[in-house]
Amino acid sequence: MGEILKGTKDEWEVVIGLEVHAQVLAGSKLFSGATAEFGAEPNSQVSFVDAAMPGMLPVLNEESVRQAVRTGLAVNAIINLRSVFARKNYFYPDLPQGYQISQYELPIVGEGAVEIDLPDGGGKTIGIERLHLEQDAGKSLHDLHPTKSYIDLNRSGVTLMEIVSKPDMSSADEAVAYIAKLRSILRYIGACDGNMQNGSMRADVNVSVRNPGDKLGTRCEIKNVNSLRFVRQAINFEARRQIEILENGDIIDQETRLYDPDRDETRLMRSKEDAHDYRYFPDPDLLPLDLEQSYVDELKADLPELPDIRKKRFVADYGLSVYDASVLVAERDTGDYFDSVAKNRDPKQVANWITGELFGHLKKNDLTLKEAPVSAKKLGELIDLITNNTISGRTAKEVFEKMWRTGSDANEIVESEGLKQITDAGAIEIIVDKIIAENPKNADEVRGGNSKAIGWFVGQVMQATAGKANPKAVNELLRNKLKD
Amino acid sequence: MSVDHKTIQKIAHLARIRVSAEEREELASELSNIFDWIEELDKVDTNDVDPMTSVVQASATLRKDNPNDGGYPKKITANAPEAVEHFFTVPKVVE
Repeated sequence: MGEILKGTKDEWEVVIGLEVHAQVLAGSKLFSGATAEFGAEPNSQVSFVDAAMPGMLPVLNEESVRQAVRTGLAVNAIINLRSVFARKNYFYPDLPQGYQISQYELPIVGEGAVEIDLPDGGGKTIGIERLHLEQDAGKSLHDLHPTKSYIDLNRSGVTLMEIVSKPDMSSADEAVAYIAKLRSILRYIGACDGNMQNGSMRADVNVSVRNPGDKLGTRCEIKNVNSLRFVRQAINFEARRQIEILENGDIIDQETRLYDPDRDETRLMRSKEDAHDYRYFPDPDLLPLDLEQSYVDELKADLPELPDIRKKRFVADYGLSVYDASVLVAERDTGDYFDSVAKNRDPKQVANWITGELFGHLKKNDLTLKEAPVSAKKLGELIDLITNNTISGRTAKEVFEKMWRTGSDANEIVESEGLKQITDAGAIEIIVDKIIAENPKNADEVRGGNSKAIGWFVGQVMQATAGKANPKAVNELLRNKLKD
Repeated sequence: MSVDHKTIQKIAHLARIRVSAEEREELASELSNIFDWIEELDKVDTNDVDPMTSVVQASATLRKDNPNDGGYPKKITANAPEAVEHFFTVPKVVE
C-alpha cells in the first residue's frame, strides 16, 4: 500500500498512471527521411511528408520499429507480431496533417512490467499497459510576436514511443522512481537519450484520489511534464486539490490540466468540448506492420545486460549492498566502468572510489563519465598502489586529484613526486624514537593512560615523513614504545 | 438510420466545415439515405471476419533509416499565407 494522505475530514490514497513519451534515437523520422536533431533552424528538418503536402505518402522507418520492439522486450512485454497504424484526428496549427499517425487498437507492444526501486530500499512492480509508435507534432512559439504564433515543424513526424503504465503507482516517490527506471532502461538499450530538458522524454501524469480500498476515483491528466521534480510537485499539488474538492462535497471533473512550475499549481487547459472525439480509424496510407517471431527473438538475444539483472549480479558476485549496486547500475557507462575496475580488486573499495572521489569530481566539473580524465584502467592502477602498500589511502586522494588535473598515471605521479610510503619499519622506528625522546612530557601522558595523546604522536611522525609513513606501522610502533 | 441536425452540426464542427441551416437540412436527408443503404450490410454475419483495413493483402514495407530529405525550409513555407524567417505564422493560439 502506498502512502495515506490526511485531509481535514478523511484519509486518502493517491492513484497514479503515467504515459511517457520517449523520442526514439534514429537518424530520420518515423515516416520520412528528414533528420530529427534537436535545435536546428526553423523548418530546416522538414520533408514534404512532414509538412503534409498533398499526395505525399508515409513510409515506415525500420529503425523506429526495431527500437520499439527492443524497448518492449526490455520492459518484459508482449510483442504484437501484427500492429496497425491509425489516424487520431484533431486540428491544431502544429499538426499539419490534421491527424496524428499513431496506433490505437493494435499497438506494437502489449502488456509488460517494470521493477522500481524505492527510496526506503524496497521495490514494487509497475504494470505496463502498452507501448505504441506515433508521430510527434511540431512546435508553436508564442513569444515571438504580440498577436501571432510561430510554427516550426522540425519535430513534426519524429518517432515517439508512448509507454502507458497501469494505474499502479500510489505516491509521487513511486512515479518518480518509475520514470527514472524507464529512463535508465531506455538509455541502456540506446532507444532514447532520456533527455527530459530537451523534451526527448516527457510524461502525461494521470492522478486520482480515493478513500483507501475504494474503487478508482475520477482522474485528471496533467499534460507534458518535463522533469522529475515537476512530476513530483504536480502530483502532490493535484492530489491535494482533488482531496479539497471532494471533502467540500463536490465532484472531480475529468479534465486535462497543465502544471505551472512558477506558481507550483496545476490549472485547467482551455478545453475544447470535442477535444477527446478523435475518431480513430486505420490509416489507409499504411499497411499493417507484420513482424516475424525470428526477428523478435534476434533482437531479444541482442539486448545488453539490463539494469535490474546487472544489479542482482553486482550484489551476488561482488557482494555489494543493494544501495551501492543500484547507484552503480543506474547508468550503463558507470556499470561498465565498475565492472572493469572491480575485476580482481576489492569491490567495496572500488565502489567507494567511484561513488566518492570519481562522482564528486564529475559533478564538480559537470562532466560525464565518458569525459573523465581518469579512465577505469588508471583508477584500477591507483587502487593497486593502495592495496600493495605503496601509498596510503590519504595520499591516494591527492594522487587522484593530480591524475584528474594532468591525466597522468598513478605510478608516474607517485614516482615523480616521491610519494611512496615508507613501510620499512626500521626507517620509521628511527623517526619514532627521535620524536619520543624530544617530547618526554607527551610520552608520559600516553604512558599515564591518556590514549588520545597517541594521536598527537602519529601526527608528528606523519609530519616528519611528509605523510609518507604507513599509518598502520606508525601506530603499531608507537603503541609498543609507549606501553607503560 | 436517420441523421439529425445536431449530428450534422457536430460532424461539421469536428471537420471544421461551415454548414448553413439549409445545407444542414439537405445533408441530413442525404446522409440518412446513405446510412440506410449501408445498413444493408448488417445482414451479413461478420462475427469471425477481421476488419479489412486495406484492399491489398500485404504488409507494410519498411524504409532504411537514412536521413536523405528535408533541408528546404523555403520550399516548405513557399505556399504559406504568412511566413516569417522560415516559420509559419498563425493567429495566436495559447493554452
